[in-house]
Amino acid sequence: MSTVAFLEIDHLCKDYGPVEVLKDIDLSIEQGGFLVLVGPSGCGKSTLLYTIAGLESVTRGEIRIDGRSVNDLAPSKRDIAMVFQSYALYPSMSVAENIGFGMEMRGVPKAERQRAIAEVAKTLQIGHLLSRRPAQLSGGQRQRVAMGRALVRDPKLFLFDEPLSNLDAKLRIEMRTEIKRLHQSLGTTIVYVTHDQIEAMTLATRIAVLKDGVLQQFGTPAQIYDDPANLFVADFMGSPPMNLIPVTVQADGAGPSLVVERATGGPATVPAGRAEGLEARAGGEAILGIRPEAITEVPADGMADGAAVVACQIEVVEPAGADTYVITHLGGKEVVARTSPDCRVRAGETLPLAFRMDKAVFFDPATHDRIAD
Amino acid sequence: MSAMTQDTAVRTGRLARAAVYSALLVFAVYYLLPLYVMVANSVKPLDEIRSGNMLALPQVFTIEPWLSAWSTAQIGVEPTGLVPYFWNTIKMVVPAVIISTLMGALNGYVLTKWRFRGDTALFGCLLFACFIPFQIVLIPMASVLGFLNLAGTTAGLVLVHVVYGLGFTTLFFRNYYDAFPTELVKAAQIDGAGFFRIFWRILLPSSGPIIVVTVIWQFTNVWNDFLFGVSFADYDSMPITVALNNLVSSSTGVKEYNVHFAGAILAALPTLVVYVVSGRYFVRGLMAGAVKG
Repeated sequence: MSTVAFLEIDHLCKDYGPVEVLKDIDLSIEQGGFLVLVGPSGCGKSTLLYTIAGLESVTRGEIRIDGRSVNDLAPSKRDIAMVFQSYALYPSMSVAENIGFGMEMRGVPKAERQRAIAEVAKTLQIGHLLSRRPAQLSGGQRQRVAMGRALVRDPKLFLFDEPLSNLDAKLRIEMRTEIKRLHQSLGTTIVYVTHDQIEAMTLATRIAVLKDGVLQQFGTPAQIYDDPANLFVADFMGSPPMNLIPVTVQADGAGPSLVVERATGGPATVPAGRAEGLEARAGGEAILGIRPEAITEVPADGMADGAAVVACQIEVVEPAGADTYVITHLGGKEVVARTSPDCRVRAGETLPLAFRMDKAVFFDPATHDRIAD
Repeated sequence: MSAMTQDTAVRTGRLARAAVYSALLVFAVYYLLPLYVMVANSVKPLDEIRSGNMLALPQVFTIEPWLSAWSTAQIGVEPTGLVPYFWNTIKMVVPAVIISTLMGALNGYVLTKWRFRGDTALFGCLLFACFIPFQIVLIPMASVLGFLNLAGTTAGLVLVHVVYGLGFTTLFFRNYYDAFPTELVKAAQIDGAGFFRIFWRILLPSSGPIIVVTVIWQFTNVWNDFLFGVSFADYDSMPITVALNNLVSSSTGVKEYNVHFAGAILAALPTLVVYVVSGRYFVRGLMAGAVKG
């Protein structure tokens, strides 16, 4: 995989009259990469995809595909293919005609068209559907046909606009795997829009988190997950979401420590672990961000380095099969911890919980940004 | 529920149903009576009408009045029957319906899929066409037709009906295409189809129901129009509605009521046929919702 940017989005802005939909977006993805644009509805992720497709004009900035500016190119000239949320299959055409329509528009001879259609149909196992109309297909079949229409073009860039959101839960997971497999076998660059953070985590090589038209963070799934740039990203990515606990910072000889309010048993003090700029905030407030899997019951075979133990009163126990989630209150916020299914705690009991403070991150309660060195 | 109350329920149900059916029957007779009078009297000899009862069935059956109305009756000063005017109307209706339907479809396409600043306002203005009374446009229209050198021609009448129909046809197609998924247009753009190609290949093939509605609507309106015909047509381009009026109000000789009845039915027949043949598509088209992609 080369590190040369294949798709570059350079200080992109998009206004609808006085409304700024995209504000100075700066992104790039290498050849063969899988870029996922994720964010809540109305964050501008679909608009960004539409500007890449050329279906929306840009107000300022530039989009380059393979080193060439495409700002003024028509969608059909950008060498892209797109899969739409509603699949957008032409209702009056058969599946084969749907897949072949783009080639027909480009004047590809009929024999060649049919060969390409047959080949794609084989890849996606939709050969038996070729003569049907879209109305006669199930949701999953329509999804496949929509992918076939994109694949047959053999484009430089695939664009997916929430392609799985109309499928039921089981099919969605199947198709997710299939898209990932397809990406691995084709090696084509993909830009994928979703509001589902699990889809983003599982598919992406790079994730861009958007909110209100502003790029919040751009990085690998691991960076987004482990080192969220601000409270929004921390809260949005991950399920159950990251625990965000208001704490007071204290400084003494051994480095900064945190004071956190408990529902019962008075405030607890824990060492801060990753200090990153906390000393400067001694006596002030901060928000401790820690993922549920970094809070566990105290392991029998000794604790990991950098763990701190706080006894917490458990309010709710939620067995989920592979894990058991226990819920308590810290700093006035609900806190979820992930324990092993062997943990036999019951609601109302007090359980010592081990906090992996080396995994913790800290945010400024006023700006919502990460506290950095 | 006990057997007794069930019996009562069945009996009152029957009674209610009988009442409903009788009422419906009365209304049906009431509405069909004029048609009956027209048909019955159009196949009677004239003597029978003048001496007898309008409601009586014919004693002597004759199709002479129909033949006369069609090809020999006195229209104004010429004994041509209605046939030349029937063709005049056809020559006016067919192009007017096709052009206004196509233009309405194009307007609807642009107003929903190629939105531009002020499109809603423009659509609002187009809708005015549906509410402007005919009389208001008569004099301005006459001068426009004169200016275009189309006064008294069939082409002029076609123009008038296209302009007047555009409000309705645009309304029909705009509302239909509004529910048509815009993503289909976007997908076709990426596939490389242009403005007209998307219209012909993607939208029109899915527009069957609304085309039927628009064609029936326009056909009936243009066929039945009298005011524009009487105002703007010459003797050569006079539509059948105007000719029928001239047939009935010819002042020479006796009033041939049987011929008048036959002529009136002849003039109304095509719209009747269109409605009977495609009426159910009309209702279906009006109720049709979004096209599922």
